[in-house]
Amino acid sequence: MKRALIWLPLLLFLAFFGLFASGLLKPDNRIIASRLVGQPLPAFSLPAAASDRPALASAQFATGKPRLLNIFASWCIPCAAEAPQLMALKQAGVEIDAIAIRDARPDVDRFLARYGNPYTRIGLDARSAVQMALGSSGVPETFVIDGKGKIVHQHVGDIREDDVAGILKILRDAR
Amino acid sequence: MISQSLGHPVSFIRRRRKRDFRLRGNDAWGMIGLLFLLLHSPVMAQTALPPAPYADRQLDDPALEAKARDLMVTIRCLTCQSQSIADSNASMAGDMRSEIRQRIAAGERPEHIRAWLIERYGDWVSYAPTAAPILWPLWAAPLVLLALGGLLVRSRIRRRKR
Repeated sequence: MKRALIWLPLLLFLAFFGLFASGLLKPDNRIIASRLVGQPLPAFSLPAAASDRPALASAQFATGKPRLLNIFASWCIPCAAEAPQLMALKQAGVEIDAIAIRDARPDVDRFLARYGNPYTRIGLDARSAVQMALGSSGVPETFVIDGKGKIVHQHVGDIREDDVAGILKILRDAR
Repeated sequence: MISQSLGHPVSFIRRRRKRDFRLRGNDAWGMIGLLFLLLHSPVMAQTALPPAPYADRQLDDPALEAKARDLMVTIRCLTCQSQSIADSNASMAGDMRSEIRQRIAAGERPEHIRAWLIERYGDWVSYAPTAAPILWPLWAAPLVLLALGGLLVRSRIRRRKR
């Protein structure tokens, strides 16, 4: 018994060493997914963020047709990078609404004039309150909302060219 | 996260440049460097908006502020993921502080706000350990260690009596 116990510290050391090594070698995952995927869109009502687009409220999502809800900001560089992909989705017939985070109307107008405006409605969330209510952790993010107003998918980060087909498929399945 | 992270490399480069100039001890370069810093400060701005009303302002009632503070130090910042929102300068952390202070001022219980956030971001967002099964070993650890210590003391005392 005593003889076996003498190996215990070494075994404990190896166990901790293995634990820390695996933690260090495992790729870092910094994506925080919203827990609201699969649940109805939380209720909100936001003022208009742009001069030529109407305001946005959660009640406008239960239209029977799936839509995208894009979380963006005029100060966010990846949001500019995903603009062509949003345009492509719009051209494929997808309805896209948006929430502008911590933004101001002149800035949003300038951003849309420069990068294109694929949005039907844009709400202004000046204090990130709706962003928090959605469980969104940054910009850009894109939610797929089905025809009954339920969140069916969350895309964290900018939409790249090779993400477009996947998002179109999720939209088709959400019908 | 992704977008805000763009701010950090810029500040890093700026700091490096500044230090390089200082090492050379050349005042003209230093002035140009300073001008460079002034010209480029808008690059750092995450947003043009002023911070939310209670992002950096305490509540007037010290008791309520203490309540909000106790909650804020245990809520994890979504942008700088190793800091609490009380410690972080990220815009989103500021918005979260303001939201929490306003809700506390409106009479909401801190644990209710924590539950609201966990509902959206998962246990991840809270630094306070929960009673979830995965944490049972954590809660059991003090008892197990105490019991082991007790056994050790008992065997020692017995040996001495002999």
